[in-house]
Amino acid sequence: MPQKIFAPWDDPQEKPLIRFQNVTKRFGDFTAIDSIDLDIYAREFFALLGPSGCGKTTLMRMLAGFETPSSGTILLAGQDIAPVAPNQRAVNMMFQSYALFPHLSVWDNIAFGLRREKRPKDQVAARVEEMLKLTRLTKFARRKPHQISGGQRQRVALARSLAKAPKLLLLDEPLGALDKKLREETQFELMDIQEKTGTTFVIVTHDQEEAMTVASRVAVMDEGKLMQIATPDRIYEAPNSVYVADFIGDVNIIEGKAHQVGELVQLDWAEGQPALAARTDKNLGLAQTCYLAIRPEKVSISADRPGGANALQGEIIDIAYLGNLSTYHVKLPTGHVIKAQQANTRRISRRPFTWEDKVWVSWTETAAVVLDQ
Amino acid sequence: MRRLILIAIPYVWLLALFLIPFVIVVKISLSDTALARPPYFPQWDWSLGWAGIKDFFAELDFENFWFLTTDDLYWKAYLSSLRIALISTLMTLLVGFPIAYGMARAPEHWRPTLMMLVILPFWTSFLIRVYSWMGILSQNGLLNALLLGIGVIDEPLIILNTDTAVYIGIVYTYLPFMILPIYAALEKLDGSLLEAAEDLGCSRLSAFWLVTVPLSKQGVIAGCFLVFIPAIGEFVIPSLLGGSETLMIGKVLYEEFFSNRDWPVASAVAVILLLILIIPIVLFQRNQQKQAEAEG
Ligand SMILES: Nc1ncnc2c1ncn2[C@@H]1O[C@H](COP(=O)(O)OP(=O)(O)O)[C@@H](O)[C@H]1O
Ligand SMILES: [Mg+2]
Repeated sequence: MPQKIFAPWDDPQEKPLIRFQNVTKRFGDFTAIDSIDLDIYAREFFALLGPSGCGKTTLMRMLAGFETPSSGTILLAGQDIAPVAPNQRAVNMMFQSYALFPHLSVWDNIAFGLRREKRPKDQVAARVEEMLKLTRLTKFARRKPHQISGGQRQRVALARSLAKAPKLLLLDEPLGALDKKLREETQFELMDIQEKTGTTFVIVTHDQEEAMTVASRVAVMDEGKLMQIATPDRIYEAPNSVYVADFIGDVNIIEGKAHQVGELVQLDWAEGQPALAARTDKNLGLAQTCYLAIRPEKVSISADRPGGANALQGEIIDIAYLGNLSTYHVKLPTGHVIKAQQANTRRISRRPFTWEDKVWVSWTETAAVVLDQ
Repeated sequence: MRRLILIAIPYVWLLALFLIPFVIVVKISLSDTALARPPYFPQWDWSLGWAGIKDFFAELDFENFWFLTTDDLYWKAYLSSLRIALISTLMTLLVGFPIAYGMARAPEHWRPTLMMLVILPFWTSFLIRVYSWMGILSQNGLLNALLLGIGVIDEPLIILNTDTAVYIGIVYTYLPFMILPIYAALEKLDGSLLEAAEDLGCSRLSAFWLVTVPLSKQGVIAGCFLVFIPAIGEFVIPSLLGGSETLMIGKVLYEEFFSNRDWPVASAVAVILLLILIIPIVLFQRNQQKQAEAEG
């Protein structure tokens, strides 16, 4: 049975739940958000990714209503939300610090938002129990926030922000305080909850792995600008700039001058070296400066000269052993260092290469992405 | 052994500076007045040995406490002190909370200065400050001169030597004790809690009632006790600022000691006052303990 792929952003008929139109936010003369355009669709799990201080929290706070844009408009379900106070928005936020009420029990924290709606008592109780079950906190309902662990607190914060069944849930670095294993577990829990409740999630993170794991689409930010918005695999496989390629995962960047014939680009990258070949659908000018981005796992390494397009010889200067993988750092005569990654299918003692071995690195014409910025 | 000494030091301190004086006061309260020096009887006579001790205890009785119930001056003074202390504690809270709130909300680099301003009055003698209130509140004092000058009133207000002046004096004197604990509680308050409350549907006002107030409760309670306990036994303020009809137990105590030279009755008054105060003090300590547990 063919399944419909969730991709509302490809459907021109689809209306976005949130639309940023040329939004700018300035603090004094500092521009935290720089004329951003962004559409987020209902039921999406949207990740904002970027280094610390690039404006992720500011973007969220504008959605929640704690900051107003200096210019531009934000539409929620087609309506300008600028005049709507934070307590009137169908948006809930899970704070970076969790912001649990220390004087209230877990139960009362979760019930807090529901009680403000003046719902009947039994409805509130039923909803709280439902949330406790969803976040597996039933046993801790009577405890105060300081009597539970960091991971449990984080789940209380999640339950509290989900309780009112908001149209949009904002999660500001929700898993920052957790250790790696718990974080991975919680990521899957979040995805599960998002699927069950059908809420639109916007998650802020500076952890690229986290963004790739949970998100339907990722926006990469830098200094208040959106660099690229795409699905995780597009961001990884087809970054639109050196910044994005470098920010997401490991990458080899080679700078050079382009000579394009049809789809094929020949890159002159170093004196006396054969040009590197890559395929692209871009149209580059003659001798335009551009960059090849090649992921280490797409570079193969061999003792003898391989057949394919791009093959370079060098010497292994470093090996990073990651358990399942090893990354070889190969230094070329030109001084460039190329990283090549190989799966460790054999035991370590049988590894074919070691330090100071002369080896060939190579990749296909389609392995490299041609970038012009 | 070193540990024992360390543990013993605070107990020795308490014994020497609190318990022993208290036992002496209780002893005097059980004695009778005498025209002697010191002005009470019986005295401990070491030379008679065991018989002397027996005689000594035989002479002690609760006559002075009984006397306190016969003259309605005393219980009226206790009640009036309680009333004045309660009302002025409440007024101090009403004045102190907004000040503490404003301080906690002020930009961070201002806060040390504001804190300094709050404790600045302590650098001048308390007595001088109360005297200067006399200068401000008297019939031809600064306040009346100002109000007459700008034409708000035609006749000078009579404030000095009334209960109003006592309230002003107590609120003024004890305000820092109210502000500081409340400020400490409010300053710790995480601003994102208020945003979270708003995010969950609270208005600014209900966020204040549901988050700020409960989270500053400990500070409010501490401040109230720090004002109430000294205010109830206050002597200087009612005698300098209050009128002849301002009845406070501290004043009664002073008169018994120094005007009547009736040490035993004065001691009985003091013992009862202490018993009245012990109740709120125990409550206060229980509250502190609960707070420590909640934070621990
Ligand atoms: N209220 C504010 N006043 C002044 N500058 C601010 C304020 N809030 C954020 N900024 C600045 O805006 C930038 C972006 O902040 P933020 O959105 O918190 O970044 P991120 O969450 O991506 O780490 C930072 O340089 C920060 O110093
Ligand atoms: Mg942030």
